[in-house]
Amino acid sequence: MTKESPPLRVVFVGHVDHGKSTLIGRILHDTDSLPEGKIEMVKKACAAEGMEFEFAFVLDALLEEQKQNVTIDTTEIRFKTKRRKYIIIDAPGHKEFLKNMITGASRADAAVLVIAANEGVREQSRRHAYLLSMLGIKQLIVVVNKMDLVDFSEKKFGEIEKEYRKFLGELGLEARIFVPASAKNADNVASASKKMKWHRGPSVLEALDLLEPQSADVDLPLRFCVQDVYRFDDRRIIAGRIETGKLKVGDELVFSPANKTSKVQSIEEWGGNGESEAIAGDSIGMTLSEQIFVERGYVASHQTETPIEANRLHADVFWIVREPMRVGHLYDLRLATQEVKCEIVSINEVMDSSTLQATKDKREQLERNEVGRLTIQTRSPLVIDNHDRIPTLGRFVIVDDGQICGGGTIFGGVYTDRTVAKSKNIFWVEGKITARARAARTGHRGAVVWFTGLSGAGKSTIAQAVERELFVRGMQTYVLDGDNIRHGLNSNLGFSPEDRVENIRRVSEVAKLMADSGVVAITAFISPYRMDRRRAREIALEGNAEFVEVFVDAPLEVCEARDPKNLYKKARAGEIREFTGIDAPYEPPEDAEIVVHTDRQTVNESVATILEGLLPRLKAEQGNA
Amino acid sequence: MQRNQRSHLDELENQSIFIFREAYHAFKNIAMPWSMGKDSNVLVWLARKAFFGRLPFPVLHIDTTYEFPEMLEFREWAKKHHNLNLIVKINTEARERGIGYETHDPVTVTHELKTVALQQVLAEYKWDALITGIRRDEDPTRAKERYFSPRNAQFEWDYKDQPPEFWGQFVTNSAKGEHVRVQPLLDWTEVDVWRYIQRENIPIPQMYFARNGKRFRSLGCSPITHPIESNASNIDEIIAELEATKVGERAGRAQDHYERNAMQKLRAKGFL
Repeated sequence: MTKESPPLRVVFVGHVDHGKSTLIGRILHDTDSLPEGKIEMVKKACAAEGMEFEFAFVLDALLEEQKQNVTIDTTEIRFKTKRRKYIIIDAPGHKEFLKNMITGASRADAAVLVIAANEGVREQSRRHAYLLSMLGIKQLIVVVNKMDLVDFSEKKFGEIEKEYRKFLGELGLEARIFVPASAKNADNVASASKKMKWHRGPSVLEALDLLEPQSADVDLPLRFCVQDVYRFDDRRIIAGRIETGKLKVGDELVFSPANKTSKVQSIEEWGGNGESEAIAGDSIGMTLSEQIFVERGYVASHQTETPIEANRLHADVFWIVREPMRVGHLYDLRLATQEVKCEIVSINEVMDSSTLQATKDKREQLERNEVGRLTIQTRSPLVIDNHDRIPTLGRFVIVDDGQICGGGTIFGGVYTDRTVAKSKNIFWVEGKITARARAARTGHRGAVVWFTGLSGAGKSTIAQAVERELFVRGMQTYVLDGDNIRHGLNSNLGFSPEDRVENIRRVSEVAKLMADSGVVAITAFISPYRMDRRRAREIALEGNAEFVEVFVDAPLEVCEARDPKNLYKKARAGEIREFTGIDAPYEPPEDAEIVVHTDRQTVNESVATILEGLLPRLKAEQGNA
Repeated sequence: MQRNQRSHLDELENQSIFIFREAYHAFKNIAMPWSMGKDSNVLVWLARKAFFGRLPFPVLHIDTTYEFPEMLEFREWAKKHHNLNLIVKINTEARERGIGYETHDPVTVTHELKTVALQQVLAEYKWDALITGIRRDEDPTRAKERYFSPRNAQFEWDYKDQPPEFWGQFVTNSAKGEHVRVQPLLDWTEVDVWRYIQRENIPIPQMYFARNGKRFRSLGCSPITHPIESNASNIDEIIAELEATKVGERAGRAQDHYERNAMQKLRAKGFL
């Protein structure tokens, strides 16, 4: 059973030259984990170069590293004790390699922070601890190394422990154990040192054996993050990972941001034996009992413990690339599987991660290695939690031009503050504003979405529901229908065949202009003739606008039975002439992009079908405007 | 052990499936190199789990023309068994130029018949991501890999300046001509792979099991891949053997050891 238990991942951090690599080399040696002949090989190489052998060299597997004498990148090395297996993640001490350390440390269950006794707490000793706290590492062992250089002094060790414990306390981190050691001489690494009998605590290896692996949290509220919706066969499978909590078949789930509910109908697994429950950490697929619209980025929770939906948030952000982060610049924000455009509204404080001193001066940019307390505005709603409640939904990365530039943790999650909505985001665009530039601004392309169908099929109802769905996603959209067109723009038109053609032509032109301006224009007219609809399509295409025809299909009997405006009754009575379906033909589309059957689908399900077909077509193209 | 805890293999499987799905979402045009080796077959298996039985992208076999006949037999069998969309690529141009183990050193041949072949087929199909089965524990240079690892148009791997990767967020964009290597097995060890093959009963070539006191631990081109002394004839025995050994997995693969840092040089130039 122990063989199958997960290895513990430990990241080694600390100031440069404080002895991380030596400590790791020593641990590998003392646990008999080195490949055969490795030590001899390194000893031989050292002798050839006239250097004294050091355990640190054992790690330097790459030629490059040996050349520069620094650890370049995150490396993984394995060893085992009697209790369990370990994976060591060796993180570099040079501050320009911050991103490698973050990469390594973010995967760790625990950290060993090395401080040289002769130098004491230094800049990176503090900076690394700060990052560990942001990355959410909770288990920390501090090794005060090179005790041989301070004559194994209990007093010196006590001073360092006191100073550093205070610093960690301010970060909200608590070191499990401080170990005085000399990695070079094997003191207190694998076993107790005879030279430091005053130390009653464990050795480094014994301290490691006291730690526990961090596993995904089953006891927190459910957060299931949707990665994708697959339709490989007749099943519609919602695929994703349970970040926290658990779920079972039959549970009613709330899918945010739209907050639609549906029940888990099944948990799907290839070759599986019909699991009825899944827990944090599981990558699963499920089917739902009602086919509500769900796509990548949606977060499912239980009704009683839903996440926050916000488009303005406060966060601590660390920045790791050379190009500074700028207020007003548009970035991508990725949180679990969500991705939205965001803008940094303000940098409220900048923290020196080494001194923990905050500067409150207003700043316009955040430099590499700095940590800022920011206000961020997103273009569309984001589903979040506060980091101290549910870490995986309370942290995000900032992406610029496809590159991960920083990470942040959310606190004090708030809802929209409409009093500060004024945008600082000013673009200077020379020359003609292109559709692409507009799409880059709004995050989506303009389009004409042309609904067609019999009177009473549900065009207006569904069009408005789709409009609402697009609107809550932060998209620009507008419905053109009989109500707002017939009374104004087309008030001089009647219902003669010529006037009907002209009616549709004007609607087509207006929709094209709206689409060109970046709006998703939805039209809801019976538009019974194929020729008229073909013309609408051509007009849109002339304007380089996407055209999506949506056939809202329901049999005549169903529409007539609904008859919301009593029009069919009047037509049958002869009070209205040339009424579509009664005494005028309806030519159903032959190749509509999207078809919904309102006699079989609920409004929600129709909307879901339309969004699935529509949203991918509205995606702004990658790349610069 | 708590009821609410998953085994180590479950955790590895969950993480790999997560990566498969992230890759499938992020890239339009994906292929999965498939060597028919044990890791490759675990990869096919995990992909089928990720996509509910179906493999929604092609698998690619770079055929060096020095394949073991038994492996080619397995290829045809597995193609049918998993319903694979299989693309086979041979660098015929290099073979016609006379490149081969009979006349050239293994690093040159491996580069021409594997890496260059891959470049050729990539140029033809314009894949923006390749899903590979490499693991961190195989070789020191692989220890530094990312789950999503960009390669430039020249196929070069800039291992000195790799993108950060944390909190399940990866580099998912590639410019024209570039591609991203997606590596779902990065966290797995050789023993993990065997345990998983055993648990899931995944079909693999029989050459991994001992015959007449020898078995193959790693499989590549026939002239330069050597069996090891072993009596391990089933997975339990193989695992027991691996737990005891201190010899590297790829010790039987000649191209790795042809010169100092051979593997690093091969990999920086685009070798998997």
